Amino acid sequence: MRVFTGIDLGSTTTKAVMLDENGDILGRGITNSRSNYDLAAAIAKAEARTSARFVLLGRELATTEDAAALDRFLPRLQIELRRRQHLQRLEVLREICAEECQHPRVARIREELERRVDQIVSQLVAAEARPGPLAIITKEAKGSDFFRDRASSDYSRLAEKAADVEVGFDDLMSIFDKAIIRVENTELKEGFEELILQALLDLGSRFDETTLARYRAAVQRTLAIELIDGGVIGTGYGRQRLPFPKESIRSEILCHGLGAHHQFPNTRTVLDIGGQDTKAIQVDGVGIVTSFQMNDRCAAGCGRYLGYIADEMNLGLHELGPIALQSERTVKISSTCTVFAGAELRDHLSSGQRQEDILAGLHRAIILRAMSLLARSGGIDDEFTFTGGVANNPAAVKALRQLVQENYGDRVLNISPNSIYTGALGAALFCRRAAEDRAAA
Amino acid sequence: MDNVDKEPSMLKQKEMIGAHFDRLAEAPAQGKKVVYTFVPGNLTELLLSFDVLPVYPEINALQSAMRKRSGDFISEAERIGHSEDVCTYVKCDIGMKRSGNIGPTGKPIPKPDLLLLSYTGCFTFLKWFELLREEYDCPVVLLHTPYQADGEITPSMREYMVRQIRSEVIPALEKLTGRAYDEDRLRECLELSRQAEDDMVHVLESAQNRPSPIDAYFGGVFYIGPMFTAFRGTKAAVDYYAMLKQEVDARIARGEGPITPDGPMGPEKYRLVVEGPPNWTHFREFWRMFSEEGAVVVASTYTKVGGVFDFGFRHDPNDPLGTLADYCMGCYTNRSLPQRVEMLASYAKKFSADGILVNSVKSCNSFSAGQLVILREVEKRTGIAGGFIETDLVDARYFSAANVKNRIESYLQMIEQKRSGKTEEVRA
Amino acid sequence: MVDAKQTVTEIVARADALYHDLEFGAVKRWKETHPGGKVIGCLPTYAPRELAHAAGMLPVYLRGAGDQVEIIRGDAYFQSYICQLPRGMIELALSGRLDSFDGFLFPAICDVIRNLSGIWQLHFPDKLARYLDIPQNFDVEVGGRFYAEELRRLLTDFEQLSGQKVSDDALRHSIGVYNTHRRVIQNLMDLRSEKPWLVPADETYLVLRAGDVLPVEEHIEMIKQYLQSVVELERPMRDHSRVVVSGAFCEQPPLGLIRTLERAGCYIVWDDMTISARFIAGDVSTSGDPCVALARAFIEQGVESASVYSCKKKKGSELCETVRKAGAQGVIFAAPSFCDPALLDQPMLQTALDQESIPWTAFKYAENLGQFQVIREQAGTFSDSIRLWGA
Repeated sequence: MRVFTGIDLGSTTTKAVMLDENGDILGRGITNSRSNYDLAAAIAKAEARTSARFVLLGRELATTEDAAALDRFLPRLQIELRRRQHLQRLEVLREICAEECQHPRVARIREELERRVDQIVSQLVAAEARPGPLAIITKEAKGSDFFRDRASSDYSRLAEKAADVEVGFDDLMSIFDKAIIRVENTELKEGFEELILQALLDLGSRFDETTLARYRAAVQRTLAIELIDGGVIGTGYGRQRLPFPKESIRSEILCHGLGAHHQFPNTRTVLDIGGQDTKAIQVDGVGIVTSFQMNDRCAAGCGRYLGYIADEMNLGLHELGPIALQSERTVKISSTCTVFAGAELRDHLSSGQRQEDILAGLHRAIILRAMSLLARSGGIDDEFTFTGGVANNPAAVKALRQLVQENYGDRVLNISPNSIYTGALGAALFCRRAAEDRAAA
Repeated sequence: MDNVDKEPSMLKQKEMIGAHFDRLAEAPAQGKKVVYTFVPGNLTELLLSFDVLPVYPEINALQSAMRKRSGDFISEAERIGHSEDVCTYVKCDIGMKRSGNIGPTGKPIPKPDLLLLSYTGCFTFLKWFELLREEYDCPVVLLHTPYQADGEITPSMREYMVRQIRSEVIPALEKLTGRAYDEDRLRECLELSRQAEDDMVHVLESAQNRPSPIDAYFGGVFYIGPMFTAFRGTKAAVDYYAMLKQEVDARIARGEGPITPDGPMGPEKYRLVVEGPPNWTHFREFWRMFSEEGAVVVASTYTKVGGVFDFGFRHDPNDPLGTLADYCMGCYTNRSLPQRVEMLASYAKKFSADGILVNSVKSCNSFSAGQLVILREVEKRTGIAGGFIETDLVDARYFSAANVKNRIESYLQMIEQKRSGKTEEVRA
Repeated sequence: MVDAKQTVTEIVARADALYHDLEFGAVKRWKETHPGGKVIGCLPTYAPRELAHAAGMLPVYLRGAGDQVEIIRGDAYFQSYICQLPRGMIELALSGRLDSFDGFLFPAICDVIRNLSGIWQLHFPDKLARYLDIPQNFDVEVGGRFYAEELRRLLTDFEQLSGQKVSDDALRHSIGVYNTHRRVIQNLMDLRSEKPWLVPADETYLVLRAGDVLPVEEHIEMIKQYLQSVVELERPMRDHSRVVVSGAFCEQPPLGLIRTLERAGCYIVWDDMTISARFIAGDVSTSGDPCVALARAFIEQGVESASVYSCKKKKGSELCETVRKAGAQGVIFAAPSFCDPALLDQPMLQTALDQESIPWTAFKYAENLGQFQVIREQAGTFSDSIRLWGA
């Protein structure tokens, strides 16, 4: 089977989308962007392949199983696979931590440091080692899926306990911080096939023999499908750094336009608020961009701005929206300048304004900036699609809805649960179209 | 530009400019008088008729940026109290003066004996020369060019200009040089201007060819150099433009495109009209963002800041002061927004452009305020695709290469898509 | 005494209502009582309102949208490095708030206002949008002659708009009315520098701003009444410093900022915030050709400003003189962000002050600034330092 991949190398995350020959979405993958863009692209692509295998497995299983059975089996298998990957990475982490402990900087406490770091990693491994009850796993899955995020919060929690006067918390964390970058840049030894077979084994006890046999057969049939690379197209902030030929790179503006069109075919206006920039895009009936505007060099009004605010308020990025939603009285924020944001924030806090009201004001301020870009690009036409990381923020969406209503009247506002993949989807669509054109030529 | 494919005209221009800076450096020793003035609405012919040497502070600023010195100069100006918000040409110039006033060729630029403030199309010029007046102990003479707010030059505006030249500028120059105003000499200079202007217009119009033999923005900056500065009204300029015209005609005959700093440009894929000045701190990199994509600029408004000659105006030796007045008032930034829209729309048509791109510079309100409206109007009138990028003249802090490249690429790909017949209209 | 207090309260309340009314109810009411009357909106700073007045029109100074209107459409017209006022103007226009205006005048004070006139021409072609060049040559025979011609041309446009021919006598009469206006304003300014505790900065500001929209005759009465009543009040004199505020001649600081300065301990004894009502010092001649008289007055009695080329040898000497005359102890430079004229002027003015050992401090604002804490601290510290350790 020929597959077409689009990769969106964003400033914070790298996304991949894989399409089949019919243009249906087979798989999606996401990973942290990092200094090594090639690797981020490779990992996102591998993740997309893995998720594509699951889609294919679902198709295979659908020939023999009913929907309820599919729902019982597939998610579990996926989680088991992830757990396996996690364990592998933890082992890599253990090795690299041990190496980092050899650094002369920590020579004074080397042995003790080695021992404690190893102990912490062992505890992490133990926690992952046995398959947990499904409920816990799904709860976990709601948090970040990235190895770095999960390992780092668990590690630091354990390091706090393990630290004392002899080996301090900072010593323990410095080893981790050095090691994690190398871990992320290490490709796993075992591939998808080994992992999925192991995962199947792990789940073995939960199903009867005949069911398991059918599942195993479906897995085998899926593994037998060859995924032939029909091409890759890269887009996004870091696209210039992708090791792709020029014709395999598309501007993210075009990709977002086409991706949004694919998600919602009646889309005429697209707003994308990502980490680094905000884009207002107008597309025609087939998803071709007719005009666009982007923010200037100033980060005001981008996702990055919310990051500053979260840091300033000592909150997690994902907490901002829900807190802001509780506001009943939006505070007027005049500056969306990141440089002044901190000062203005402290000013409001010290004058006794409530946190949620200030946050509601900040979200409104960001959306106001987006409104002016939208107006510059030609306004908001029906239907209107909102994409990018900030589209997942409920307070931003609320402010947007309100301002659109006030200024443009009724507009259908589309937000895809997969909006973060819009750019990668557009790239994959371009990839498939290019293959069609080649075939036609 | 380095050693890639230098054409004779390029070398000649470099020689001319080098010689000018040499003359400037030697001026104090030679007893020559030096006048600082601005490019838009400059009275170069009149200055030459008095045998004084002009210095153009904007040119110094942009040269500093191309030599990567502007950052230090701007910091110096901000250190002595200038706001981050204001025009970076001014700050660069003030900073350069405070740092020894060394010109682009490494030789010192002499102090002015007279500041001729030609206030044309840019309010900041007034402030700039007030600031320079504080720096130097020398007389100032102001030439106020009224704005073409209603898209025309009224008799009263013209009379005001001529009166100022006659009763203020000329007496100031007479006093400075100790010689009388020589109208015949001025007429000779104006005749030489006219000749060179004919050839320069021919060069700029050559971009109507496919492929265009010139880039009328990045390359255009070099072509306007002598005309907008110390050489208009000289035999050297006449020779330079004749030579340039020949080269361009030869390129047309050979079906060749423009020459970029990286060598001859590849196949022409996009034809653009550009509004707004270029960025000078990353000039080559900026140009490359276009040339690598096969985008050639076929017409630009920046190459009209020192005079609009392609709608028929020529310096007229028969009406020396009146023609100077008309020249000043006709400069691009002295034109109303409706006039600018008209001009851009006519370029789009005349040069068969695929798009109109605005490079909006942070420093220049005269250019930038209203550009978004201009862009929308031109799009509406011509139906061609508009694009918008933001940089600065000489402050590298306002040039985000990734952001600019992203916008240019997206813009060109958008044009490509529209053209490739994948759009709604074509598919329907 | 009670009466005086009440009068002041009423006047200030009325001025405050006019200031906050961006729907321009006063303009609509004027049109109702003057059927067929035309209203001309004037941008800062140099509107020769005498001409509009003589043509039976109501000239109204416009200063953006202040801090009350959320800018949504206006931002789409301007890049982030352009000041706030033009965004407010666009917002007002596109939201229909300027529908009752029949024409607009854009005096030559900077490139942004200049180009705003072009935006108006492109966007609102059915309304008069007139840019008015002001002379930067100060020879009456050169710049004066040109400006008189420009004024005549403007008068012709006004005549056409109002359908009313303006005689020289009518214009001379209008000049006379505005001379009275300038005089009563000067009286108020004098009182401010003599007894600033009697006329707080925010009150004075509101009373003067009322003149942006009121017919001049009404405004003259308002100021007169205010002056009469306010001197009868027993308002305590505080241990404040006395400062001049400079740089705010176009885009206005929010009212909250003006209050903040005075609450931080600075009596504002002179400012250029309302300079557009008094850019000519003293009377304009009411004899001879009235356009020539106005031009001559502009050239010979014009007040120093960042928007006018300074032909004086020493830049800032006029500011130093103002400081002395007003008995101020220091200068606060308050300029709008991205205001090229005001900000480029500052280093020269500051040098001049330094040479005369006059202390100064500086900050930037925007008309929609919402936070004054930093400025409060800065102004407070400045005030303390010049009071306690000043010359």
